[in-house]
Amino acid sequence: MTGWSWIRIATILVYLFLFAPVAVVILLAFNANQFGSFPIQGFSLRWFEALYHNDAIVRAFKTSLLLGVLTSAISTTLGTLAALAMVRYDFPGKRTVSSLLVAPILIPEVVLAVALLLFLQFLSLPKSFFLLLMGHVVFTLPFVVLVVQARLVSIRRDVEEAAMSLGATPIQTFFEITLPLMLPAVMAGMLFSFTISFDDITGTLFWKPGGIETVPTQIFAMLRNSISPEINALGAVMVIFTVALPLLGTAIARRMSAAKMKSAKT
Amino acid sequence: MAAESARGRRQPWILLSPSLATISFLLIIPMMFIVVYSFWLRTATGADQVGFYLDNWQEVLTDRYYRDILFQTFQIAFYTTVICALVGYIPAYFVANTRMRSKTLLLLMLMLPFWISYIIRTMSWINILGSSGAINTFLIWTGAIDSPISMLYNQTTVILGLVHYLLPFMILNIYVSLDGIEKNLTEAAQSLGCNGWQAFREVTLPLSFPGLAAGSLLCFVLASGTYITPLVLGGPRDAMFANLVFEAIVTQLNWPLGSALSLVLLALLGVLVAVYSRYLGVDQIAKSFR
Repeated sequence: MTGWSWIRIATILVYLFLFAPVAVVILLAFNANQFGSFPIQGFSLRWFEALYHNDAIVRAFKTSLLLGVLTSAISTTLGTLAALAMVRYDFPGKRTVSSLLVAPILIPEVVLAVALLLFLQFLSLPKSFFLLLMGHVVFTLPFVVLVVQARLVSIRRDVEEAAMSLGATPIQTFFEITLPLMLPAVMAGMLFSFTISFDDITGTLFWKPGGIETVPTQIFAMLRNSISPEINALGAVMVIFTVALPLLGTAIARRMSAAKMKSAKT
Repeated sequence: MAAESARGRRQPWILLSPSLATISFLLIIPMMFIVVYSFWLRTATGADQVGFYLDNWQEVLTDRYYRDILFQTFQIAFYTTVICALVGYIPAYFVANTRMRSKTLLLLMLMLPFWISYIIRTMSWINILGSSGAINTFLIWTGAIDSPISMLYNQTTVILGLVHYLLPFMILNIYVSLDGIEKNLTEAAQSLGCNGWQAFREVTLPLSFPGLAAGSLLCFVLASGTYITPLVLGGPRDAMFANLVFEAIVTQLNWPLGSALSLVLLALLGVLVAVYSRYLGVDQIAKSFR
């Protein structure tokens, strides 16, 4: 069984490689050292305080939050409808539609960014928050479709048919049966598109109008000067934000569906 | 009854129309525009000359500068992909074959990097390899060196950053294929006289090939299109092709040239995706979302 032990050790090393650098960011964010680098000289929250008093960062955070929420609302709505069509119906041209829906993933984001930017310029629309939003919607859409589609497959059709045969209208059936059953899938899509939008930098740097920064572009701009300890603190906040939120979301969704199962049984 | 089925036939299109409209307006039509734009000309005054000029294409396709950077980009993407495949196979194998409890935890942890910001993960290496980073501080503390050694800002660190970013994609794709393999196939091979390594080489490895291929395609395409990693972890000579695009479009505002450059990148990666989907199908990539 020595072979298996080697595989286990290699796996642990790969996981360390994936997470150690991020752990170091979080560690340094709490470092009291005046340059925020090694050696670590004690625990302090001063960099978080500095962050809170930095107007540019607070503004960037608000922009990212707004952008993420709007992106996820729009692309989850569009993506869920499309996923429903893909799972529930057979129609001519389904394969083409399916490749169209995932096309934004297969095209390099840089090319996508250039195309959308030039199109808007051609229409003489200036760079704006709206362009940024549209860009984020188009490249998060395929992820929502894929995630929601994958989870929709497991919802059984006969529950809906039972509701219909008991006299519910299609609309009633959708709101009373389908939507509650779909909710975990929809929430997964929402969280996924939010995180992708919140993290994006490749397209955002092309689309953002002058003066507007999101958190990633703000970090990028700060990196060009020097690595300041505030960046580590901002990184720590980002990690907590984008990791804790989805984990919390999944936990709530799981508890909700568990509670529903229980009440359905009694 | 006929009306009913006509409605049934229309229904999927009603559900699909918002998404398809979005993709047409924000992706398909803009893509056509960059094709048109690439034949225009940026004049010395800064205005775009509408027409059919081949100048951009001639410049992009014949200038050594572009060819060298294109070559360098694919070289970096290739190394990244190979390292990801080699390094990623083992944990994927472990996760697919381990006990249920650690499996759930390891899978969840594998999803975590997707949620951690790409720019944070990239810049985190500065804390490790930088002149006041973890390694240098440790080496100075032990007395092995007197002054920090410079490890950052070269092609190796660009590849390191890309491997760190793309490895989860690779592991997940390989895992999906490994997990789909029936356990009794390897047992059968072993009962027919294969040893463990032979069973792996003859049964498991070939059956996991679709996942390996899907992961490699994703890694290669994503690595080829990146311009942030070389800006953060690379030196001045480590520009990748997407940096040229960014330079042309955002800095120089030379849209016709930028269009031609992005079409070259798109065409080359498109060939790769087309070959891949001809033999293996795009569905394999979608599997990792299940």
